[in-house]
Amino acid sequence: MNPQLPLFPESASTLSPEVDALFIAWSAVSVFFTLLIACLILYFMVRYRRRSVDEVGLEEKSALWLEIAWSAIPLVIALAMFVWGTRVFFKLYRPPADAVEYYSVGKQWMWKFQHPDGHREINALHIPVGQPIKLKLTSEDVIHSFYVPAFRVKQDALPGRYTQVWFQATKPGTYHLFCAEYCGGEHSRMIGSIIVLEPRQYEEWLAGGPAGKSVVASGAELFNQLACQTCHVAAPNRPARGPALKGLFGSQVKIASGEMVIADDNYVRESILNPGTKLVAGYDPIMPTYQGQVSEEQLLQLISYIKSLAGDGGTQAPAEAPKP
Amino acid sequence: MNDTGMTTTPADTTVLPGPETGYERPNYLNAAYGLRSWLLTRDHKRIAILYLISVTVFFAIGGLFALLIRLELLTPEGDMVQPDTYNRLFTMHGIVMVFFFLIPAIPAVLGNFLVPLMIGAKDLAFPKLNLASWYVYNVAGLFTLWSIAHGGVDTGWTFYTPFSTHYSNTYVISAALGIFISGFSSIFTGLNFIVTIHRMRAPGMTWFRLPLFIWSHYATSLIIVLGTPVVAVTILMVAAERVLHLGIFDPALGGDPVLFQHLFWFYSHPAVYIMILPAMGVVSELVAAFSRKPVFGYKVVAFASIGIAVLGFLVWGHHMFVAGESVYIATVFSVLSMLVAIPSAVKVFNWTATLYEGSVSYQTPMLYALGFIGLFTLGGLTGVMVATLGIDAHVHDTYFIVAHFHYIMVGGTIMGYMGGLHYWWPKITGKLYPAFLSRLAALLIFVGFNLTFFPQFILGYLGMPRRYWSYPPEFQVLNVLSTAGASILGVGYILPLFYFIWSMRYGKKSGDNPWGAVGLEWDTPSPPPTENFHTIPVVTHGPYEYNTKEVHDRTSPPEARVG
Repeated sequence: MNPQLPLFPESASTLSPEVDALFIAWSAVSVFFTLLIACLILYFMVRYRRRSVDEVGLEEKSALWLEIAWSAIPLVIALAMFVWGTRVFFKLYRPPADAVEYYSVGKQWMWKFQHPDGHREINALHIPVGQPIKLKLTSEDVIHSFYVPAFRVKQDALPGRYTQVWFQATKPGTYHLFCAEYCGGEHSRMIGSIIVLEPRQYEEWLAGGPAGKSVVASGAELFNQLACQTCHVAAPNRPARGPALKGLFGSQVKIASGEMVIADDNYVRESILNPGTKLVAGYDPIMPTYQGQVSEEQLLQLISYIKSLAGDGGTQAPAEAPKP
Repeated sequence: MNDTGMTTTPADTTVLPGPETGYERPNYLNAAYGLRSWLLTRDHKRIAILYLISVTVFFAIGGLFALLIRLELLTPEGDMVQPDTYNRLFTMHGIVMVFFFLIPAIPAVLGNFLVPLMIGAKDLAFPKLNLASWYVYNVAGLFTLWSIAHGGVDTGWTFYTPFSTHYSNTYVISAALGIFISGFSSIFTGLNFIVTIHRMRAPGMTWFRLPLFIWSHYATSLIIVLGTPVVAVTILMVAAERVLHLGIFDPALGGDPVLFQHLFWFYSHPAVYIMILPAMGVVSELVAAFSRKPVFGYKVVAFASIGIAVLGFLVWGHHMFVAGESVYIATVFSVLSMLVAIPSAVKVFNWTATLYEGSVSYQTPMLYALGFIGLFTLGGLTGVMVATLGIDAHVHDTYFIVAHFHYIMVGGTIMGYMGGLHYWWPKITGKLYPAFLSRLAALLIFVGFNLTFFPQFILGYLGMPRRYWSYPPEFQVLNVLSTAGASILGVGYILPLFYFIWSMRYGKKSGDNPWGAVGLEWDTPSPPPTENFHTIPVVTHGPYEYNTKEVHDRTSPPEARVG
């Protein structure tokens, strides 16, 4: 038998101390109330024990002030903890602006990762210490959940849409990566490691592996392979038949129903796979579906490429006006 | 022994022969003999016994699965069963325990037996519907057992999509149909309770003279009737997608997988209150009876049950904090989940305050009630912890959650069920069980339970995910402790099975009211006659009038009390 008996998890991200402080505070409250109830029960059991078979309890005294007190005090504590917990949660789920985007696709039963420069890994992710990292997640099949206990974060990877999680490691080391959402047969083997390196070591690690194309470059190549430019890029002799993609990402788009939607990851994904669902106002539904023709990784590359076209004008409206 | 002709007693008989004369009074057990008289009975008390047998069988099956799970987890490597087998074990453990034990246990056994007795009625409003609910429950159980016999189902009791609708190669449909059908049995029981409590109270039994057991069963029945149809429809949608490939949940077919979670938890979170509210009702009765005092803040405790039933429908989203739910909606569900904890906390304080200046006895049922209060307090507090967003991000889907809901469901519901069974056993059978052995069993269950599930809180915060067949070696020591605790817990559960059966034949006669308790159910012989009361009682006082000595002495002559 393994003799180790850890009682508290390793802490290796900027936010884990905050989660731990919240947890320790709540534990203290819980221990206090559990002991309070236990001690009162034990004291009353002894103090008011039945002394004869026909003994009865004393008259009940009504005590409205007590009812109010023991409703209000737990309520105040719970609300205070709610506010504290929500602040921590917002920090956990809102990545800082300078976070670097990495990609992950879960499938039965492995985690596939891609670095921004194109490096790929399976069931392991090397990251530099101190760098905020935003991981864009999706799944090829069922729901999985990306969970790194040492970072105190968890995010489900859902098929058919993107979710994201972010973290900033504080010390080099190797940490558990678990799939936390039950995903079938080998769920407990869908595990791996997050390897946190010093920035220089990370650079060396990147240099050591086979240099692939960056994610954006792969997306650009795919864009041409799939001939997306025939419709989405205006040629000198004819106007574009599809909406222009420059400056699209992050902007507001008016769709055929008259609604305004934000062109985010999930919108671009849907427009590639099911172009008719949220057709841009003023365009004909001529785009074919790419469902089944591009893999999850290729979709991520295409979206990254389209995102790269946003440039600084990402929040502006599309440059070209829809055709009349 | 009298023959079946002795089923009626003149209603005006005031002096009945006592048990000591050797003449057995007509009661619901000796009213008729033979299998037919049981299988076609419409007597709520006999149906309660039928349910007692059925839920005990399912508890044993669910417990066997738990045993195998704990044995597999003794070592970090998955070395006892294959991963596919393990996945089926925890799935079947969850399905059997939740839908075939925890949900029906207290309402269908104790509720069936006691709701008419406590309100002074001759039976439930719809006796045939009541019998039908038992048959429907067993048909549902057969579907589930059929799936088990054919190799089981591996989706987890939560049936998350698209795994359940597309990827699982097991008997999802038959297991889900079992749950679908069992829902009807719950609805029949819930409907019966609501109508009975509204329409069949004895003269003078006003709402605020109802025992708290009745209040909590009323609240549970409301949840059953309003919530169960939602899970039924959800199961039909899973079946429609799995069989007919209608795109509802599977994104490959244009569906939304998280929609399933919303629908599922819209029922299954309130279902937690279906399980715990009846246990709270039992504990209220026990604490009053074994302190010989009215429950402190009766109205507050009664309304807390209704408050829990209502708020319980508004918190389902706390199961999806990390499932891609917007952070803003997560905030709303978090604060609502904090609010639903307050009525539960208030109940704990009121029970504790009931002991104050009481006459506290340590009979076996009271040990369960006090155990319930302690374990439910810890289960409830950890529940509010996981409702706190910043903590849930880390502990969601880990053993922390497993520990938390076992403290509520096992530490709460099963402690309440066992306490209730020990308290009303003399009423049900007219016999006493061994006092020392039953106290020992209660102690074993309390110690075994804590040893099983407390280490899981630590495991969860360390990061061990739930539903893992193998795990990293540093988690082993805590898992070994947990398995050791489970074996003690198992012994604790097996003991009552033996001494209860033993007591039916060899137990001392209990008399009508061995605990010296007040309440209409103690105002009639033990076991009660088929029609419950020889004359319909007229109620003139509240449910816990221990302080009015003539009320107390009338129902319970001191010389007949055992403690």
